[in-house]
Amino acid sequence: METFIAQLLNGLSLGSIYALIALGYTMVYGIIQLINFAHGEVLMIGAYAGYFAVTILKLNFFAALLFAMVVSALFGMIIERIAYKPLRRSTRLAVLITAIGVSLFLQNGGLQVFGTDYISFPQAIPRVTYKFLDGNVTITSHQILILLVTIAMMLILQYIVQKTKIGKAMRAVSYDKDAALLMGIDVDSVISVTFALGSALAAVAGVLLGMYYQTIHPLMGVMPGLKAFVAAVLGGIGIIPGAMAGGFLLGIIEALVSGYWSTTFRDVVVFGLLILILIVKPVGLLGKDTREKV
Amino acid sequence: MLKIENLDVYYGAIHALKGISLELNEGEIVTLIGANGAGKTTTLQTISGLIRPKNGSITFQGQELTQRPAQEIVKMGISQVPEGRRVFANLTVLENLEMGAYLRKDKEGIKATLEKVYARFPRLRERKKQLAGTLSGGEQQMLAMGRALMSQPTLLLLDEPSMGLAPILVQEIFSIIQEINKAGTTILLVEQNAHMALSIAHRAYILETGRIVASGDAKELAESEQVKKAYLGG
Repeated sequence: METFIAQLLNGLSLGSIYALIALGYTMVYGIIQLINFAHGEVLMIGAYAGYFAVTILKLNFFAALLFAMVVSALFGMIIERIAYKPLRRSTRLAVLITAIGVSLFLQNGGLQVFGTDYISFPQAIPRVTYKFLDGNVTITSHQILILLVTIAMMLILQYIVQKTKIGKAMRAVSYDKDAALLMGIDVDSVISVTFALGSALAAVAGVLLGMYYQTIHPLMGVMPGLKAFVAAVLGGIGIIPGAMAGGFLLGIIEALVSGYWSTTFRDVVVFGLLILILIVKPVGLLGKDTREKV
Repeated sequence: MLKIENLDVYYGAIHALKGISLELNEGEIVTLIGANGAGKTTTLQTISGLIRPKNGSITFQGQELTQRPAQEIVKMGISQVPEGRRVFANLTVLENLEMGAYLRKDKEGIKATLEKVYARFPRLRERKKQLAGTLSGGEQQMLAMGRALMSQPTLLLLDEPSMGLAPILVQEIFSIIQEINKAGTTILLVEQNAHMALSIAHRAYILETGRIVASGDAKELAESEQVKKAYLGG
């Protein structure tokens, strides 16, 4: 029982990070049907921005988080503008390959600029360990922070998407671009805003990952990016609540596999799950088969 | 009010509109009729800025439209109800209507227009919290029209509003189109249902494979042997 609770807590904090990343994948997919494989690198850039904000700019944690979000959001918009927008009328495959190219470019660019070493991420918030159940279950202040920040971000995102004008426009554009144009919606800027939002969430994930593992590295976005992609597919790509659910579920599954079985099988199970979901329910857990009404 | 001159539109190698010219005067209902693939929808999409013409000009109240982005054209007062309604199925009825007023900033004015739209389509008020995708075909057509009216257009482009609707609903939709026109909106109506379209229009143009083959007073065209034979079933 104690192991279960302990792993569940681990799973929740890891899962919330996956969920934050998965949201970016799913929003971008929802609006331009692109799997943005450079998303993990946007996360990495956010983590470095957070690192420099704390070490050089001497910002506190929350200010650094905000700084990282702004930097990543700008980065995401620039990537979209330079690499994806010129391909708006091309095949989806062309854009997908471009995304992989951008990803590799940023990975290697990161290695050039930031070096190949792991650098330790400053503990901007003191790490305190709380024990309960006779000391068998522990939870750190960082885990609590990760969970709280994630929930706050999800609430803000839900508010933006559901209640604001730009959020409604995002949903309209994701459903029918031409009809959105006929409403006078500037589709290009809505796409830009979508990239900015998704990238800002990736930055949050990057900073939280830095805190969680206490180190950052130019390739830190690769594996979490892939796993969050699995989470987004698991929940149903293009569906925002699906990405949240998929992220948490994946984090918990991973933690339980590590706790009860072996950490080496963790990734096997995760990617096995991707294959399974693609065979059994390709639209994802919350996905619906869409039927057109004429 | 709207003047199209020698408009040429291509889809890749396909010459979809072959130098068409047409004109709308303020306050008119003008219909553009023709068979499938004649270029009716292409004409409307080119006016709305979704397709760029190769040659020719479209002027609206004296201003050239062909190089402007779609949102500017909406801002100038041209609104379109697209073929197949194209409501945002994942948005509620109210959200769809709000999208119609996307470019407007006057909150009070939007509210007033919303009330007018609800008054014209009471069904939409009843269903304002419902997702648009759950509406029936007729209700979706009303929503698409209400949505287009939210921008307070001076020119309304309607693309096959009768498509897929029961005859009784078609009657209702067409009488609403006449009401909208009487309230001061100029209308360009694209239809395959030539009989209905000619019955409410002032003037008509007949489009055949990208060319305008006849035009004139709607009543006269409805009586002409050529039109009767080709479009009115004898």
